[in-house]
Amino acid sequence: MSTADLECVDLTKQFGNFTAVDDVSFTVPAGSFFSILGPSGCGKTTIMRMIAGFLEPTSGDILIRGRSVLDVAPNKRPVNMVFQHLALFPMMNIEGNIGYGLRRRGLAKPEIARKVDEALERIGLPGIGKRKVDELSGGQKQRVAIARCMVMEPEVLLLDEPLGALDLKLREHMKIELKTLQAAFDTTFIYITHDQSEALVMSDQIAVMNEGRFEQVGTGRELYYRPETAFVAGFVGEANRWRGRVTRAEAGELQLATEAGLTFAGTDHGRGLAVGDQAEIFVRPEAIRIAHAEGDVAHLENRMTGRVTSLLFNGAASRAMLRPETGGDEIEVTLPQSGEFADLGRDDTVHIGWEGAQANAFSAGGS
Amino acid sequence: MQAGAKLGFILLISPLVLWLGLLIVIPHVDMFLVSIRERIGVGQYQTSFANYMAFFGEPLYIITFIRTAMMSILATVITLLIGFPVAFYIAKIAKGRLQSALFLLCLVPFWVSELVRTFGWMILLRETGLISKFLQWSGLADQPVEMLYNDVAIMIGLVYTSMLFMVVPLITTMESLDDSVIEAGYDLGGNGASVLREIIIPHAMPGIVSGSIVVFMLSLGNYLTPTMLGGKDSLWFTELIYSQFIVRFNWELGAAFGFMLLFLSSVIVWGTLKLTGQTLKSTMG
Amino acid sequence: MTTKKTRAALFLSAASFAALGLAGAASADTLRLLTWGGYAPEDVVAMFEEETGHSVEVTLSNNEEMIAKLRATAGGGFDLAQPSQDRIAGPQEEFGIYKPMDLSMLDESQFIASMLEATKANTTVGGDIYGVPHVWGTSALVVNTAAAPMVKDYTDLCSPDVAGKVTYRLKRPTLIGFAYAMGLDPFAAYGDEAAYQEILDAVEAKLIECKAGVKTYWSGGDELLNLMRSGETVASMAWDTGGWKLNAENADITTVAPAAGALGWIDTFVLPAKGQADQAAYDWINFVMKPEVAAMITDAVGNFTASAGADELVNDELKARFQNTFPPEAVDNIKWYPPVPAGLEVLEGATLDRVQAAG
Repeated sequence: MSTADLECVDLTKQFGNFTAVDDVSFTVPAGSFFSILGPSGCGKTTIMRMIAGFLEPTSGDILIRGRSVLDVAPNKRPVNMVFQHLALFPMMNIEGNIGYGLRRRGLAKPEIARKVDEALERIGLPGIGKRKVDELSGGQKQRVAIARCMVMEPEVLLLDEPLGALDLKLREHMKIELKTLQAAFDTTFIYITHDQSEALVMSDQIAVMNEGRFEQVGTGRELYYRPETAFVAGFVGEANRWRGRVTRAEAGELQLATEAGLTFAGTDHGRGLAVGDQAEIFVRPEAIRIAHAEGDVAHLENRMTGRVTSLLFNGAASRAMLRPETGGDEIEVTLPQSGEFADLGRDDTVHIGWEGAQANAFSAGGS
Repeated sequence: MQAGAKLGFILLISPLVLWLGLLIVIPHVDMFLVSIRERIGVGQYQTSFANYMAFFGEPLYIITFIRTAMMSILATVITLLIGFPVAFYIAKIAKGRLQSALFLLCLVPFWVSELVRTFGWMILLRETGLISKFLQWSGLADQPVEMLYNDVAIMIGLVYTSMLFMVVPLITTMESLDDSVIEAGYDLGGNGASVLREIIIPHAMPGIVSGSIVVFMLSLGNYLTPTMLGGKDSLWFTELIYSQFIVRFNWELGAAFGFMLLFLSSVIVWGTLKLTGQTLKSTMG
Repeated sequence: MTTKKTRAALFLSAASFAALGLAGAASADTLRLLTWGGYAPEDVVAMFEEETGHSVEVTLSNNEEMIAKLRATAGGGFDLAQPSQDRIAGPQEEFGIYKPMDLSMLDESQFIASMLEATKANTTVGGDIYGVPHVWGTSALVVNTAAAPMVKDYTDLCSPDVAGKVTYRLKRPTLIGFAYAMGLDPFAAYGDEAAYQEILDAVEAKLIECKAGVKTYWSGGDELLNLMRSGETVASMAWDTGGWKLNAENADITTVAPAAGALGWIDTFVLPAKGQADQAAYDWINFVMKPEVAAMITDAVGNFTASAGADELVNDELKARFQNTFPPEAVDNIKWYPPVPAGLEVLEGATLDRVQAAG
């Protein structure tokens, strides 16, 4: 069993009265891709800046390979950072950028040149060393920014939403490339983002963060299918959501009445909701079956009939918005890819249904 | 359509052309004509370069010019050394209201005229002035200390007068430097000195160059500060020009001096740019 | 189409310029006066405007700047100027910036006759008279008699007793004053460039020798007053009024007539060549030469005027100070500046430059 590359223990950061990071602990195993996912302002950048050394924690400890780095200055930490806007040095060429850290370490010139060439080779951009920063495309800059850190052979590489500035197509491409680079360099990556698809695609482990705390740490699959909190259920992936009250509870099987007067079957996955509790219910659009004939959904515990109010075509992820006959909010439903509903039009009436096990209920706190 | 565009172009360009033509080109041409006129008798003149020869023939004039240029260069360097940290603090460290307040503080001295500012320094520096009184009161000096009427006083005045013109371009260029670039410099193992040398100064170079040119030219062309603070040894080239024009009624020599100042200062600026590997183009855009 | 519009615009602007010019000519009762500080006190201006209906715009200046300003516009921009009488003939010959004075427009009986005749003689060029006298005074010594009682002549400013506590201007009066104190006669050598150069060389050597003991060369009246008032200097060569003004604050400081003679100047009235309000200018001269008005100006500026009978109306304190500085024999000893021949300033300028550069 190898020691973890990075361990944060009871990490807290306060700015005046405001607690940006509230008692966060986590461990990142060596060589893994760890993401911190959360909305802007949740404190994820603060954690990253504490790890990099630009901020000092109010309390708690940060350990890299088992050693506390709290009293190590940022320029001495075995940690490097890829900044949100990359922060390449515009006053130097590519060689100068990648060789900067090595020069600071006092390596000999030929060795620096060799390492820079090697790094350029690794990122698939050999021979661009003499170019200027602004002559590169967005994706090339991205790779140079990573290479600039990787020549330092850091124990942990921090990435602060590095794909934010790229256009969608390139972002999709870079997601895969980042994962490949991480495998190639075999270094621990800590990646922060507010974009769940970046986190889900690349990460071995994801921490979902909200208001300074970690809501849940797990694999993408766990977060998506077994969210532990209402925040995670709402933040990761799409979900239809209702508020209601528990009317019957039997071994995790719940009966809920929504504020609009609907009755749902649901499940609490061991969170122990009791009769009378206020609850939030999340149902993923793809968990809902859609049918032309009412009989096709008859076997499902929750059923509804609705009118299509709009169709959101998005290739494989096309959806329909339905207004239930019984009233209440619109429901988002993923259309099956069989082509069966290719001719669905507005105002068509369809039948939908889902299993009680797919309706994830969380205590909504208070009453 | 095309004619309309042409008219629009003429209308847009004409203020610039008028300004350049009426206020810069024509007076300079006229000055040049005056400078190549030699007085040979009462109201009689002939064309010659005698006035330029007079400049090179009289060591006093050349010495005065060299002294003026050296002092101006020194003033520029001191202004840069003081202005750089000030600008860095305002642009990168101070935030919000403090930032605007500090910036305003740099501007405040320019709300009063240069004459009043110079008088302010005279009040502070003179033998019976505030600083001298304070030194005596605190026991650091046992007799009045004269700090006025010497080159140090000129230097103080020049640096003070020029500070804003150095700080503003520096703040502008440094504000455009992303904080994360500085952080990246530290993150990759740099310390304060190397980040300053490799990242902040190269980035601020256009501001340094344009600020230095402005301060150098302002110092070279300053008249009030050297004459008022400088005392009996204050030789300043603009003083020579003034006295030729006004006191000696010798417009011809004064005009020649004016052109020598224009020419030599341009040579110095050009030479410094060459020496430091900068170009005017990279500075301006 | 375009050219037509342009022409129309040009015509319009030309017309409006012409209109402005006409308007300027029509309101020629504005007197643009180029003078020294104190020569046109506000109360005098107000009285004049009340009495004549003219309005007065005052621009303050000094000899050199007056001439430079008029030279730049070939005598335009002002309707009446007040350079010293020795600085009229030379610039007039060289630059033609003044126009002859019509003496029939003036009430000559208001002037002290001897001063009027002397000024007329000194400002005659080509048979025309260009100037009449207004205010006169001297360059003398302003001394703190308690701290520097030994300063009696210009060259005493070089005495080791007052080293470091002396100030004077680096201007032509200093050259002339030192020359007289050294037993030379610069005014007599005005016509002979070689002889004058010899005098200048001797004075140059003396001034360079004295330079170490000079605190600073003053350049403005306020600067001198501050230096003397604060005690930073105890002896100076300056205008007589400076010493009298300080005498009112500190009885130790006063103006001392130098043994070699104070240098007397007379500031005049002259008409710039392109003046547009001659009538207003003559009205102004006649007005300020009235004894009671002249006395007001003397009270304001500290110097006496060429107005006959004004002296009696001046306040007694000032008269006492004057008599204290200038007993009758000292008045007789005043060296009056003769007209400066054109080109002499260049020689003096070179001398002054060398003094400034020395040390």
